[in-house]
Amino acid sequence: MKRPAKNFQWKHFANYIVISVLLIFFAVSSMTGNLRSSGQYLLEKIGYSMILAVSLSMLVGFLGELSLGHAGFMCVGAYIGGKTAALLVPALGNGLPAFLIAMAAGGISAAVCGVIVGLPALRLKGDYLAIVTLAFGEIVRSLFLNSSPESFGGSLGLTTPRYDRNSLFIIAFVVVLLTLAAIQNLLRSRHGRAITAIRDSEIAARATGINVTRYKLMVFAMSAFFAGIAGVLYSYANQTVQSSKFGFNYSIEILVMVVLGGMGSINGSLIAAALITYLNVKLTKVLTGDLAVLQNLVYAVILIVIVIYGNAPFLAPLREKLDLGALLRRLTRRNADPAYRRDDEKSWARVPTKIKMDELLSIDTRPEDNRAVRLNGDKPGKGD
Amino acid sequence: MEMISTFLNGLSLGGVYAMIALGYTMVYGIAKMLNFAHGDIIMVGGYTILVFMNAAGNPILATALAVVFCVALGAAVERLAYKPLRGASPLAVLITAIGVSYLLQSLAQILFGSAAKMVSLPNLGAFPFAGIRVQGYTLLTLALSVAVMAALTAFIKFTKVGKAMLAVSEDRGAAQLMGINVNAIITLTFVIGSALAAIAGLCILMKAPSISSTFGSMPGIKAFTAAVIGGIGSIPGAMLGGILLGVVESFCNKVSAIAPYTDAIEFGILIVILLIRPTGFLGKKRREKV
Repeated sequence: MKRPAKNFQWKHFANYIVISVLLIFFAVSSMTGNLRSSGQYLLEKIGYSMILAVSLSMLVGFLGELSLGHAGFMCVGAYIGGKTAALLVPALGNGLPAFLIAMAAGGISAAVCGVIVGLPALRLKGDYLAIVTLAFGEIVRSLFLNSSPESFGGSLGLTTPRYDRNSLFIIAFVVVLLTLAAIQNLLRSRHGRAITAIRDSEIAARATGINVTRYKLMVFAMSAFFAGIAGVLYSYANQTVQSSKFGFNYSIEILVMVVLGGMGSINGSLIAAALITYLNVKLTKVLTGDLAVLQNLVYAVILIVIVIYGNAPFLAPLREKLDLGALLRRLTRRNADPAYRRDDEKSWARVPTKIKMDELLSIDTRPEDNRAVRLNGDKPGKGD
Repeated sequence: MEMISTFLNGLSLGGVYAMIALGYTMVYGIAKMLNFAHGDIIMVGGYTILVFMNAAGNPILATALAVVFCVALGAAVERLAYKPLRGASPLAVLITAIGVSYLLQSLAQILFGSAAKMVSLPNLGAFPFAGIRVQGYTLLTLALSVAVMAALTAFIKFTKVGKAMLAVSEDRGAAQLMGINVNAIITLTFVIGSALAAIAGLCILMKAPSISSTFGSMPGIKAFTAAVIGGIGSIPGAMLGGILLGVVESFCNKVSAIAPYTDAIEFGILIVILLIRPTGFLGKKRREKV
């Protein structure tokens, strides 16, 4: 059955439009010679960081499983894709076909690893799973580090083909758009709702007939697939792959992007990935030597402050006061229109669906008390 | 003969892992959180030893001060970063702990620079034992870890506070109803864990006297692996897992063909054990309730 046209909403396409406009802008300035190769390199970096952040966001923000080995998936993609490219370039020439095959090879091999890591995820959850992903990342790194020089370069690293700088960043951003399309469409479908249902309560999801096994494996595989693709882009952008790059710290950096962007927000992850990558490159120029660590210090503080602010139970009143979304709704008067309530999780919470009896019974209803009956979930404030 | 010395080395390494793993497992059992920053407490302990060895030159004094400093730091981290999140989702707490770990590492790098520093601890020499020569630090590490584990077991079994800790790990709500100050018990857990981490820091430094900001990361991750293998939340499990992992590591490092893959083997063991027995060797199975 065809969907009714009124489901079309511009805001669902805002991020594609913004990225496409930016891409066209940078492509034009690159063609007219206004974009230096350092700028192109930065854009490539931003491109693969965005893919990493969005793919991890799907796993952490939507499925609710923490992965501390995302750099491991990227590592698999970078090595396998880079090696495929190095083997194919003599036969196919250094063009798009070799690039695409390398990307497919990197992505699929990472996805296979994703399924392998996802299998324990069916029996373990939360902290245990996080440590399995961490262990996986370390195992992958150690295997590539100790590989023979002929196969994957061993400790010297793998050298990968050089690609035309003028088009590499464009390819990277096209891949970002494709990634976004795949992940966003998945998350907005019934599958996406099933995935968030598993996050909110696995038992309830099981009870409603959601195949938790299938969805968990699917999300792990997809997330790893895109991380692998990001790895292939990385190998093309840097022309060398070193296993030391893909350590625990890099996994954490990707996690910082996801947390900074807001868990469960794809656009937030995109913005945070671009911002952190940009700052990384710019700050490394300013902060030299031991000062470069200041950057990590700032990330650490940001991470702690954001998580405590966003999650601490005792800060809940403050969060409610500073809730930007609610403020926006009030400003645009959307709250008054019940049609907008449908998609809006926060206003759903405010619709009194359940009345707690004990709360009702405890309310003082003397006439001089001009407070109205306050229902569960109602926002306390003046004038109600 | 070679076998015996490898085994002894493994035991002492395992003792170090066990001491660190105890910190992880106690915090997990009592506060129900993974303290990812635990490995970095070892690093802080190591740097404290470095500073006081350079200032005073007395290793016993330096270790004592490192224990005190780590205890203060562990308690402060618990109060400032973890306590506000009590009752929040486990994911939030875990990410905060990772943030704390990152913070401590970058602070150490700013204070002491990124290059590794040497710590000049006195050489304990080697002793003849059953036809082989055993390094002094191996024996001292073994003695320290056995003493620490015995003391901790006795503390938990025979003192009121230790029993309170067990009670909190069984059921926090019920423990609170029985008049146990849960917050104080959680802080105490962090204090004990941090003290053990500082002692573990000394043991690692005696073997390899060089320290950098990532000094505690690998031992921390390995010890965590040990805690999970033994069954996280279980104190005998942490000891068992730590010693097992130490012996495996020691033997793997002896065989030159598999030595480069030692880390991969250890983490592989973790994954296999978690798949076969998700709660580890001695962990308790918890039934999930709606």
